[in-house]
Amino acid sequence: MASFTVPFLIIFPFVSAVLSYCTRINKLRNGMSYISSVIIMAVTGLLFVQWCSQGAAVTEIYYETHTADRVILILEIILAIYITVLSFRHRKYWISLLSIGPTGLIVWFELFGPGLKETARIRIDHLSMLMCLIIGIIGSLIIVYAVGYMHGYHHHHRHLRDRRYYFFTLLFVFLGAMYGFVLSDNLLWIDFFWELTSVCSFLLIGYTHEPVAISNSFRALWMNLLGGTALAIGIVYMGFYSGTVSLHELIGLGTGGVAAATIPIALIAFAALTKAAQMPFSTWLIGAMVAPTPSSALLHSATMVKAGIYILFRLSPAMAKTTTGNMIAFIGGFTFLITSFMAIAQSDGKKVLAFSTISNLGLMVACAGMGRSETIWAGIFLMLFHAISKSLLFQDVGATENCLHSRDIEDMHGLLYILPRLAFFMFIGIAGMFLAPFGMLISKWSALKASVNEGNIIMVFFICLGSATTSFYWTKWMGKIISASHLKETQFRDITKKNELISLWIHAVLMITLCLLFPLLSHVYVNPLIEEMFGFYSDVLPTQILLTLVVIIGLVFAVPLLAFLYSRKMRKTYVLSYMNGVNAGNNMKFIDSFGEQKTLWMSNFYFHKWIGQRKLMGPSQFFAAAVLVVMMSMIIGGVRI
Amino acid sequence: MNMGIVYAIAYIVLAPFVGGFLDGVDRKISARMQRRVGPPLLQPFYDIVKLFNKETISVDSSQTFLLLTYFVLMLVTGVMFFSGSDILMCFFVLSTAATFLYFAGVITSSPYSSIGAQRELIQMMTYEPAVLLTCVGFYLAAGSFNVNEIASTGTSYIFRLPGFFVAFVFILTIKMRKSPFDTSTSHHMHQELVKGITTEMGSKNLALFQITEWYENVFLMGVICLFFVNGSITGLVISLAVFLLVYFLEILIDNCCARMKWQDMLVITWIVTFFTAGVNLVILMVIR
Repeated sequence: MASFTVPFLIIFPFVSAVLSYCTRINKLRNGMSYISSVIIMAVTGLLFVQWCSQGAAVTEIYYETHTADRVILILEIILAIYITVLSFRHRKYWISLLSIGPTGLIVWFELFGPGLKETARIRIDHLSMLMCLIIGIIGSLIIVYAVGYMHGYHHHHRHLRDRRYYFFTLLFVFLGAMYGFVLSDNLLWIDFFWELTSVCSFLLIGYTHEPVAISNSFRALWMNLLGGTALAIGIVYMGFYSGTVSLHELIGLGTGGVAAATIPIALIAFAALTKAAQMPFSTWLIGAMVAPTPSSALLHSATMVKAGIYILFRLSPAMAKTTTGNMIAFIGGFTFLITSFMAIAQSDGKKVLAFSTISNLGLMVACAGMGRSETIWAGIFLMLFHAISKSLLFQDVGATENCLHSRDIEDMHGLLYILPRLAFFMFIGIAGMFLAPFGMLISKWSALKASVNEGNIIMVFFICLGSATTSFYWTKWMGKIISASHLKETQFRDITKKNELISLWIHAVLMITLCLLFPLLSHVYVNPLIEEMFGFYSDVLPTQILLTLVVIIGLVFAVPLLAFLYSRKMRKTYVLSYMNGVNAGNNMKFIDSFGEQKTLWMSNFYFHKWIGQRKLMGPSQFFAAAVLVVMMSMIIGGVRI
Repeated sequence: MNMGIVYAIAYIVLAPFVGGFLDGVDRKISARMQRRVGPPLLQPFYDIVKLFNKETISVDSSQTFLLLTYFVLMLVTGVMFFSGSDILMCFFVLSTAATFLYFAGVITSSPYSSIGAQRELIQMMTYEPAVLLTCVGFYLAAGSFNVNEIASTGTSYIFRLPGFFVAFVFILTIKMRKSPFDTSTSHHMHQELVKGITTEMGSKNLALFQITEWYENVFLMGVICLFFVNGSITGLVISLAVFLLVYFLEILIDNCCARMKWQDMLVITWIVTFFTAGVNLVILMVIR
C-alpha cells in the first residue's frame, strides 16, 4: 500500500504545481489549491494510518528504480542549467559554478562511478513519518492561508505584477520536494530534492523582483548551493569508499566508528548547517523575509530549515562524541545565544521571528550535535512546537500587517483591543515559543541536563544565557500586545479573510492540543522514535517530572482563567494613572510644558546600539566561520582531539 | 513524600508570617542604621490589613487577574520546592510567575509603571543565568535536580558549590528588589521612577503584591538553606544562621548603596556570575 501513497505524495504536489502554473484564472486556481491541499493532507493521513496499521515498523520500498534514477538525474541537470541561466541573467556568474560543479560531479559519479549496492530508495520510519505529518498539515494549511493572503497582498501592492500562478506553483513544488527529501534514503535522491528546495526558496524570495529581493534571493541561493556542494562531495566520497549511497547505512557505519564514514558525515552535517541557517550562514534566512508572508511561513516552519534539522537528527547517533558532533553542537549553541541577542534589538515583527527561528534552530542543532537520546528527544519536541507556533506567528503577523499596514512591534501597542482575534492567536503562538507548559520548557530542561551529563561546559553556558535572552524578547512583545492602547478600535478594521482564519484556528487548536497531549505523545511516538534511532531507550522523563509537568500544564491554563473570572466580579473604582498631575483627562494623553495635549507613547527597550544586528552579525559570522574552517580541516585532515 | 506535603502546607500557611516578620525586622534594622526609631515590628501586617480594608481602585480592569496569577504561580513555585520536586522546574514556574508580574505592570500603559516593568524584565534577564547555573551546580553535586534528593544526601553542598552560593546571594539583591539593584521599584516616592512597577497598584492589588513578595522571599531563603542542609540538626541550625546572616547582609547592602543604572547592573551581574558560578562549574565538571 505504501508503494502507492509514497510516490503519490511526492508526485502529486508537482502535478498541482503544473496545474497552478497553467491556470491563470484566480478563482479557479484558488479552488484547485484548496482541493490539492486537502488531498495532500488526507493522503498524508492515509499514509500514517497505513504505516501504523503495519505496526509502525521501518518500511523500505523501491529497490530497483533505474528509470526513476535516470529521470531524477535528468531533472537535476535541468535544474543546474536553470540556475546557470538565472545567474548569468543577473550577472552573478560565479554562483553558477556552485551548481554546475556539484551537478557535474554527481552526473559523472552516477554514469562512470563505481557500481553501487542496490538499497531501498524510500525508507519510512518514525522520524520521516513525523516530518511528513509536519509538511502535510502545516504546509497545506499555509497554502490555504496563502490563497487569502495573496489576494490582499496584490490588492495592496499594485505596483507589483500579479504572478500568483507562479507563487502557488512554487509552494506546491516546495511541498513535493520536501516529501521526496524526508522519505528518500538514497543520498542521490536526497541530493536532488535538496537542490530543489534550495532553488524553490531562491525563487520564492525573489518573487517580487524588487532589487532587494533579488539580491537577498541570490544570497540564499549561494549559501544553500555551497551546502549542496558539500553534500555532493560527501556523497561521491562515500560512494567510492564504501560502495553505497544509502543514508541509513552511512549512519550505521558512523555509529560503528568506521573511519571512512567520518568525512561524508562531516560534509553532510556542514551542508545541513547552511540549510538550517546557522552561523555563519544565518543571513540568508533574515533576507528571506522580503518575500510575501506565506513563503516566510513555509521556509521557517514546515520546510527548508526543517530539512537541515531533519538531516542532523538523522546523523546524530553517528555524530555523538566525535569532532563533527562537537563542531555541530558548538555552532548550534553559539547561534542560539548570539541570535537571541540580536532578536532583542529588532522591532520589526517579522525580523524578530526570523532571528528567533535561527536561535531556536540553533538549540535543535546543538541537541543533534550532542547526539544523546535525551537531546534528540528534546530536539524532536522543539521542532514540533516550533513548526506549529512559527507558522501560526508568521501567518498572524502577516494578517496583522494587512490590517495595521505595519508589522512593527511598537505599532502593535494594545493589539488586544484593536484586533482582538489576531492578538489572541499571536499570544498563543508566542506562548508556544517560550512560556511554561509549552515545548520550550521541558526541552530546555532536558537539553540542560544532557549537556551537564555530557560534560559540555560551554553548552551549559550557552543554554543558561540564551534562555534568559529568549524570554526577554518574547515577554516584551507579549507585554506590548496587552498594554492599554491609545489607538482607537475604529481606526483599524480586521480584514482577515475566512481562509486565513481557518488556518489560524487550526494552528491554535493544534498548539493547545499538542501541549495537553504532550506526555502521551512522548510515550506513544517519540520514545519509539528514539529507540529506533539509538537501539535503546532510557526514560528521558521521570514519572515525577511528568506529574509535575501535568500539574503545571493544568495550572498555567486554569489559574489565569479562574483569576480572570474571579476578578471580573470585584467592584472597582477606576482612576487615572499617575502622571505627576499632568494627565489630560484620560490615560492616553498628557499636557506638555507648552500647555498642549500630547499622546503618550510607551516604547520597549531594544538596545540596538549595543547588540544590534549591525554590531554583532559581522563579528559572529567571522568567528563561526573560523571555527567551522578550523574544525572541518581537522576532521578532513584526520586530527583527533 | 508525606513529609513533603507537610512542608508544602507549612510553607503555604507560615510563609506570609515569616516573610512579613522578616519585612518588619528589615524596616526596624534599616531605621536603626539611619538613626531613626522605626516602625513597630508588626507594621507590615498592619499595612496589609489596612490595604485590604481600602476601597478597590484600579487603573486597568485586568491588573487584578494578572496579579492573582502571579500570586498563585508563586505559591506553586514554593510548594513545588518545599515538597521536594524538581528545582529547575521550580525556577521555570517562578519565571512564568514573574512574566505575569511584568504583564500587570505594562497593561496600564502608565509611564512609571511601564518603566518599572521594563526594568523588571531586564532584571529577570540579568538573574536568570545565575539561577539556572545554580540548579546545574546542585545537579552536578547531588546527581539530581530533585530537591528531595539534594536535601537528603547527608552532606552540605556549600563546600563544593561556594561559587554558586556567592552568585546566588549576589542575584538575591536583585530578586528582593534591594538597592543598588532596586531598578524596578523603590522604597520611596519622589524618585525618577516613582514606585516603578507598583505605581499603579492600589489597595488590594498592592496587598496581594506585598504578600507574594513575602512568599517569594521565603522561597529564596529556602534555596539559600539548601546549600547548607545535610539532614542533621546542626546542618539545620547552620542553615538558619546563614539565612539570617544573608538577610542581614541584604539589609546592609540596601542601606549603603545608591541605585545603579540597569546597564551596570546587567554587566556587573553577568561578570560576577561568570567568575563565581561559572568558574565553580568548570572546576566541578573537570573534577568529575
